[in-house]
Amino acid sequence: MRQPVTTDGDGYAIETAELSRRFGDLLAVDRLNLRIRRGIVFGLLGPNGAGKSTIIKMLTTLLPPTSGTATVAGFDIVKRSRAVRSRIGYVPQMLSADAALTGRENLRLSVALYGMDSAEARERIAEAFTFMSLMEFADKLVKTYSGGMIRRLELAQAMLHRPEILFLDEPTIGLDPTARHSVWDRLIDLRDRFGMAILLTTHDMDEADELCSELAILHKGKVAVIGEPDELKAALGPDASLDTVFAHYSGGIIQEGGRYTDVRQTRSTARRLG
Amino acid sequence: MIAYSKQAAAVASAELHKLMRDPTELLSRAVQPILWLVVFGQVFSHVRGIPTGGVDYLAFMTPGILAQSVLFSAIFYGIAVIWERDLGIVHKLLVTPAPRSALVVGKAIAAGLRGVFQAAIVFVIALALGIDLRWQPLPIVVVVLAVMLGSAVFSTFSLIIACIVKTRERFMGIGQVLTMPLFFASNAIYPLELMPGWLQTVARLNPLTYLVDALRGSMIAGGEAVHGLATDFAVMLVVFVAFTAIAARLYPALAQ
Repeated sequence: MRQPVTTDGDGYAIETAELSRRFGDLLAVDRLNLRIRRGIVFGLLGPNGAGKSTIIKMLTTLLPPTSGTATVAGFDIVKRSRAVRSRIGYVPQMLSADAALTGRENLRLSVALYGMDSAEARERIAEAFTFMSLMEFADKLVKTYSGGMIRRLELAQAMLHRPEILFLDEPTIGLDPTARHSVWDRLIDLRDRFGMAILLTTHDMDEADELCSELAILHKGKVAVIGEPDELKAALGPDASLDTVFAHYSGGIIQEGGRYTDVRQTRSTARRLG
Repeated sequence: MIAYSKQAAAVASAELHKLMRDPTELLSRAVQPILWLVVFGQVFSHVRGIPTGGVDYLAFMTPGILAQSVLFSAIFYGIAVIWERDLGIVHKLLVTPAPRSALVVGKAIAAGLRGVFQAAIVFVIALALGIDLRWQPLPIVVVVLAVMLGSAVFSTFSLIIACIVKTRERFMGIGQVLTMPLFFASNAIYPLELMPGWLQTVARLNPLTYLVDALRGSMIAGGEAVHGLATDFAVMLVVFVAFTAIAARLYPALAQ
């Protein structure tokens, strides 16, 4: 299906150059320069309003940048947005699986929108259900799924077209510890088996520690620090945890602040998953 | 082109699965046409002052009430899209490489098929009231096509409003404000020539007028399409294409 095409960037999964987004007076993302290697899990951390979701929306082509550029899977996010979209998968923080449909109907909609032919589609759907351990629930309505199952279904939906990069916004928010671990395991599997790069945002330091090979802590739309988790911890002393790192670089705010709408959205997502 | 129609069909099919699982909304939409035809229609058929072109008033207004039922249901279609936005479904659809207009057309097709169900309901009511309908295959096909196209026009209009206002509260307000003027500034329950000049101009710009006209020319015995079926369909088609182009441009704003 994929012909060799000329790309706009070099070997990185994601590369941004002075990427910025302004909303009125608020500079949500301020001249971001990031390079994310292929095949790794990269975490974006930061308090609410630090710009994490805005970055994801720009990189997934949902929101045009105000200035600066980025390439995703080698393609410019503005000029080649459709090429970008056919090479990425995205699981929003909110519940994006349609609860009024069955798991299979959700996946069928996706394969059609990605333009797969029916033989390939059937095979990919079966594979995705097996991969996410959802085969026996495939024909049940999503509203009967548990929170962890819904997240796995959304991952199944996002992996159907074998994206090169997967974007996840708070992938385990509101999940119980068992469900959280099952989602983590699948993410590692996706990375290892398909070589997918995964860019995720999280508030959860355990999640960042467990999954991310590299992470960036954002503060007011800028990168406060970037590096490997162990390296970041070591720089602050022998006993430093990721919580210490986070508090140090994000102005001491953990899980506080944020706009009313962010809080409302997070809570309602957590409620639906719980 | 094939890929495009498959994408639109997939969106429509997902919508229809949902509709079939929960038909309560469809059934509750039947209440209003019953009231209009049984109560309003029965009373107004005694008023002899409305020129209906030789048909009985109740028969005259039946296509108008079908068009109204299509309008009232399609105009709130955007609410479902705002709901999908709050859930993140819109974001998921918009990060696929499918053209935005295929997503819009898919929704319009689903709305069109809902419209056909409403037509069936109005046919049943009209039959019960002894209204003289045309039961030949060709006129019925024309009714079905007109209803589908009319539903597509108003549901896409609704999608445009949803993309602009983005919240349910504001949408409900605007939806309420729009429905009655669209209905009364049309030929649904009285002919255009009864209206003052300015209102006739408004009614001629109202797509509902052309839906009613097409239905009046195909649904009831002795009914006549004043503008001609070709004009009625051409106007609705042009409006639909224009609305689709606008909606496809605005749709991404829902995910921002």
